[in-house]
Amino acid sequence: MAARHTSVETKYYADRDRVLKKLRNCDRRTFLKLSAATMGAALAKGLMPPHTFQLVDVARAAVEKGWDSTGAQGSPPFRFAYISDAHLYERTLNQRFVRAIVKAVDDVNALDPQPDFVLYGGDLAQLGSPAQLEMGRQILSGLKAPVKMMVGEHDWFLDMGEKWQEMFGAPTYSFDWKGIHAVVLMSVYEKDFWTARKMTPEQRMQTVAGLDNAVQSRFEVGEQQREWLKNDLAKVPTTTPILIFSHSPLYKYYRNWNFWTEDADEVQAILKPYDKVTVIHAHTHQMLFNRIGNINFYGVLSTAWPWPYAPEGLPPLTVQMNRADPFDQFDGCGDGQFTARADGLVDTIYNLWDRNPVTVKADYLISHGSVDQPPAPQFASY
Amino acid sequence: MRPRAKSKVVAAALISAVAGGAAVYLNLGNRGLPAYAQALPTHQPPPANHAGVVVQLCDGVTTTEVKGLKPGEQMTHSQALEVSRELMAEWQRKHPDRHWVMAQSKTPATTATAAPSGAGPSGSQGTAGPGAGAVQPRSQQGDTYASFHDRDYMVWQAETDAFVEQGNKIFHSATLLGGTIGVSCDMCHPDASNTHPETYPKYQAQLQRVALLRDMIDWCIENPVKGKTLDPNDPKLRALEAYILAQRKGVPLAYGKH
Repeated sequence: MAARHTSVETKYYADRDRVLKKLRNCDRRTFLKLSAATMGAALAKGLMPPHTFQLVDVARAAVEKGWDSTGAQGSPPFRFAYISDAHLYERTLNQRFVRAIVKAVDDVNALDPQPDFVLYGGDLAQLGSPAQLEMGRQILSGLKAPVKMMVGEHDWFLDMGEKWQEMFGAPTYSFDWKGIHAVVLMSVYEKDFWTARKMTPEQRMQTVAGLDNAVQSRFEVGEQQREWLKNDLAKVPTTTPILIFSHSPLYKYYRNWNFWTEDADEVQAILKPYDKVTVIHAHTHQMLFNRIGNINFYGVLSTAWPWPYAPEGLPPLTVQMNRADPFDQFDGCGDGQFTARADGLVDTIYNLWDRNPVTVKADYLISHGSVDQPPAPQFASY
Repeated sequence: MRPRAKSKVVAAALISAVAGGAAVYLNLGNRGLPAYAQALPTHQPPPANHAGVVVQLCDGVTTTEVKGLKPGEQMTHSQALEVSRELMAEWQRKHPDRHWVMAQSKTPATTATAAPSGAGPSGSQGTAGPGAGAVQPRSQQGDTYASFHDRDYMVWQAETDAFVEQGNKIFHSATLLGGTIGVSCDMCHPDASNTHPETYPKYQAQLQRVALLRDMIDWCIENPVKGKTLDPNDPKLRALEAYILAQRKGVPLAYGKH
């Protein structure tokens, strides 16, 4: 763009600098006047700075509602946060994505009270290199709350998960938390497309890293892991709330972009006997939610970049987020949190940076959209 | 976006008068470059031998010199008629087997059944059925422009597809884009989604002006991709435009849409 056209952002920052410079030199009386005016303006707009206070309020309201509606027989409600899809390059190459995940870590650390744990949703690295994963681990170690790690395809296909597993352990595991049985899956295995094509590990990684190529295979949980899941769940009564974390959506959204898990139907069948099942997935970088049979699905936001909605296959319950502003690095990106209700189902808050947060409740999904509708977007995806 | 006076391409008219050496032509040193990176072909007329002006036929080969005409000077009407006569005569001499047919001059022979005699020269009486012209399936009106065969169409399609494919490669490669932070177009726009080329030109609020698709491509290259903007005539920008437009086949144009 030619230099003579100043963008809105540049003008905004210039104005801001001018005001701030004046502020530094103002006397006590002017300062008091200014702060009163600012507070008035903030109140009039319904904004109580800092923004994150808003989220906490909403989350608390949801927690309290959970207590009220289901009484004492449930488990104590709790909250967990997530950060996902940071896609880190080495710091020397790309500062943009580093800034974004650091911002998310700050967000989560600012939550008061702190969440029980933080899910990292996978795709910590962009091209799976040890340096990228190490930097990611270092940044996540700044989190105050404990972290649950999940693996994504960008972490895996350079060395087939060797480094990631060395750093974070097995990619498939389960744990119990305040009455909920939680399972973390590795849902991005792919059938060998590289040997026949004589690809190097780097070429394999680069291929998987792209969305719109027909070369790679589709994601799958795989037979072995499905067996593991069956055995793991066999120990759990069907009345226990189940929480599944997977990197790819455990349903079939859009095959061409691998917004898809090839054996999703088989995994859903394993989850069918359970009364309350929630699947939380990453990979799609957008506000995305669905209900299939007994399962509530929530897709989470990326810190790195938003993805457009696929041209077909979007779950009808999903309310699209506004098309992202390309002029704002953080627009359409973010992090978020989940509130487990007393009955073990979860509500979520999409903490979209530079936008109002959006709450999506389990009741919206259970009622198939008749209650608690999230606000509609102004600009749909193309 | 930037004014690039030095790389102005001169459009060829039916007969374009080109003063020897006065016009600037693109010469990017095409040798060894892939097809998409080559500049459009230009036709350089030979220098004037008699201090006149060399005029070239639209075939890009046949030329004649208008003696005594200085560069920049207008021809008289009779001079112009003489020039076009000379050029056509020369072309016909070189191509004795081919026929240059003016579209207007030849009415379909099948109008016999149609309305009153004394029909106009247009030959467009509507009653003549399409079956009547079946002898010349590709050239019902007898013009050269429409006289192409299936093979021609296949070649053209292949050429177009190759151009789009070059755009596809650039779209998916931070290196070819000239990016410095590993970001390529497809990372935010798989299958060129959310590029909506059909909505341009439109007012781009962030730029506070009306923008074309290429302006947004350049903006993306400069900002999220952290590369250098491309000249509107840069073969890479042209290939990117080709790829993006090709992904929106069949979508109605909707300029100004947000």
